Amino acid sequence: MSAAEWRNAMNTGAAVPRPRRGVSAPPVSGGGAEIGERRIRRALEAIRLRHVIVLAALVVYPWVATPFLTFQIGAQSLALGLVALSLTFLGGYGGMISLAQMTVAGIAGYMVAIFGAASAADTAISLGWPWWLAVPVAIAVATLAAAFIGWLSVRTEGIYTIMITLAVGVAFYYLCLQNYSVFNGFQGFQRVNAPVVFGINWRDPLAFYYLALFWSLAGYFFVKYLLRTPFGIALQGIRDNPRRMNALGFNVTAHRIAASAAAGVLAAIGGVLLVWYNGLIGPGSVGTSWIINILIIAVLGGMNHPIGAFLGAIVFVLLQTFAIDVIDRERFNLVIGVVFLAIVLFSPDGLLGLWAALKSRFARSSGFSTPRGGIR
Amino acid sequence: MSRFWKWFWGVVIVVPLVAFVAWGVWDNTKLFFITLLNGLTLASLYFIVASGFTLVFGLMRNVNLAHGSLYLLGGYVGFLVAEKTGYFTLALAAGFLVAALVGLAMQVAIFRFMQGQDLRQTMVTIGLSIVIADVLLWALGATVHQTSAPEWLAGPLRDLPLITAYSKYRIALLPLGIVIGVLLWLFLNRTRVGMMIRAGVDDRAMLAAAGVNVNLVFATTFAIGAGLAGFGGVIGAVELSMVPGEDVRLLLASLIVVIVGGMGSVVGAAVGAIILGVAETYGLAYAPTYSVVFTFVILVLVLAFRPRGILGQAA
Repeated sequence: MSAAEWRNAMNTGAAVPRPRRGVSAPPVSGGGAEIGERRIRRALEAIRLRHVIVLAALVVYPWVATPFLTFQIGAQSLALGLVALSLTFLGGYGGMISLAQMTVAGIAGYMVAIFGAASAADTAISLGWPWWLAVPVAIAVATLAAAFIGWLSVRTEGIYTIMITLAVGVAFYYLCLQNYSVFNGFQGFQRVNAPVVFGINWRDPLAFYYLALFWSLAGYFFVKYLLRTPFGIALQGIRDNPRRMNALGFNVTAHRIAASAAAGVLAAIGGVLLVWYNGLIGPGSVGTSWIINILIIAVLGGMNHPIGAFLGAIVFVLLQTFAIDVIDRERFNLVIGVVFLAIVLFSPDGLLGLWAALKSRFARSSGFSTPRGGIR
Repeated sequence: MSRFWKWFWGVVIVVPLVAFVAWGVWDNTKLFFITLLNGLTLASLYFIVASGFTLVFGLMRNVNLAHGSLYLLGGYVGFLVAEKTGYFTLALAAGFLVAALVGLAMQVAIFRFMQGQDLRQTMVTIGLSIVIADVLLWALGATVHQTSAPEWLAGPLRDLPLITAYSKYRIALLPLGIVIGVLLWLFLNRTRVGMMIRAGVDDRAMLAAAGVNVNLVFATTFAIGAGLAGFGGVIGAVELSMVPGEDVRLLLASLIVVIVGGMGSVVGAAVGAIILGVAETYGLAYAPTYSVVFTFVILVLVLAFRPRGILGQAA
């Protein structure tokens, strides 16, 4: 985004007497249809060939891949990517590295299992609501939880946020492990399956892949859109200099909590997809290893780009699925730990940063170089 | 906050606590006091581990999330040394030294090159904790390792008032925790190195300008902090036993202790450890399936009223 655009957007935000909190952005002030048309044209101009290719590849992929690849690699990457995207949004653009995103996703998953239907043994706990009631309620509960976690963690900054969200995440894990009356303890819930709607079994690899693809694209464009709204711009301003934004009259705390809630929606949708993907949910799904894995995915791809979350998820899932053929199955954590260490040590902006660095190295011979930021 | 609200919240928190204590003593005196002792001895262990965490954090603004792994490492080393030699004191020294050396290596090889990038350092420690935990799992397997207590501390202490008998080893943890706390306080407040560390906490650049080798101070602090984790590991290997996953548990405990007590403060770590240890054991004794909820409620209350912890200062 150019400096002029940024300033423009800032002024738009400032013209509104109070920056609106919440996900919905105030409409851009200015003259109606003509501007709308210009915006559409500009949006269309931004589409490059590579975007079309990636989208086409995503749509065609399940028709050329085996059901195993479609489901295990494709759908899992998309679902994990969606959860990681919520962390990218919070961390890369809000400056809050929250380790509780998997916890939010897990809460959504647990709520789907508790409100909806799970296996026969768990019916004492599961309420057996129909999916169209259980899923929205689950997402709403998870979003509320995300807002609450945000409210807790925004009172402090930077690394304190990591500590608090990690503490919250691990505490939730122990709660799930110890509590039998609501979370069914160590066993969790089995056979939490995607419903059959419109005669389509959404547990089917092909159908589930498209479901995950739809919500991932929706989440991706939602984040892309949100970052350009006055709310998103203000959020990035807060990331860079909260004191100045506060002096400018922006409510820093409210923006951060709203960002946590918005990220919570994404994580919750990802969580519902994940629980349907796995077909079960238990303490292991929200344990430390998964809490950290989401961070690894986001950092792996590059935390300053929304697409990085999905890229990281694909690399992670590929490693998880195929690295174990090369080395011992038990040593997956070692591999992923070393990969993560290498990325953090040598390319703070993840794989995309690595790509940009390579590009700029080749471009430098012709006189160009792109400065890149690291993890903030 | 107005005086009314202070009183209001004070009453809301204190009255149920007093009521619970009264009910607990009346209902089952022995259980109540044994739980209290359990809580305090657990707090002692938490304090030893978390004080290292808070020391490193206070000086370097580096949340060492590999602290739990160092605890696990120290515990395993202590177990092996105690098995081979039979001397528990030697195990304590070995646990401290090995963890301190690993901490030193981390400081010298990695963190020195990313000073001031606290977020990146934190991520590196996450990566390290994954690697260390998996290497330990590889080397020692997933079986439970439990060091036996030294002979002179083995068995129960009999003929006590109220609780009749209690483990000698556990009760020995109380003075140990106090001694370590006092030593740490003296070290930080009465020695030259301690003075440098405190100066470094306040203003790193100024300390360097005053001609102090800041890198050396950093390395020392990191080694001591890591060593305390290893030391705690050896102690914990007797009390709690060592098994993969303990690292996360102690990391969570350290996190909550320093969040509740106030980050970078040794006295704060003591306060936080006592609150957490006591709350956790009472939770386990009186409401087993919800014990972690109490911990969480304490965390929320402290963050709501004192975001920097009970003894924390504004940054």
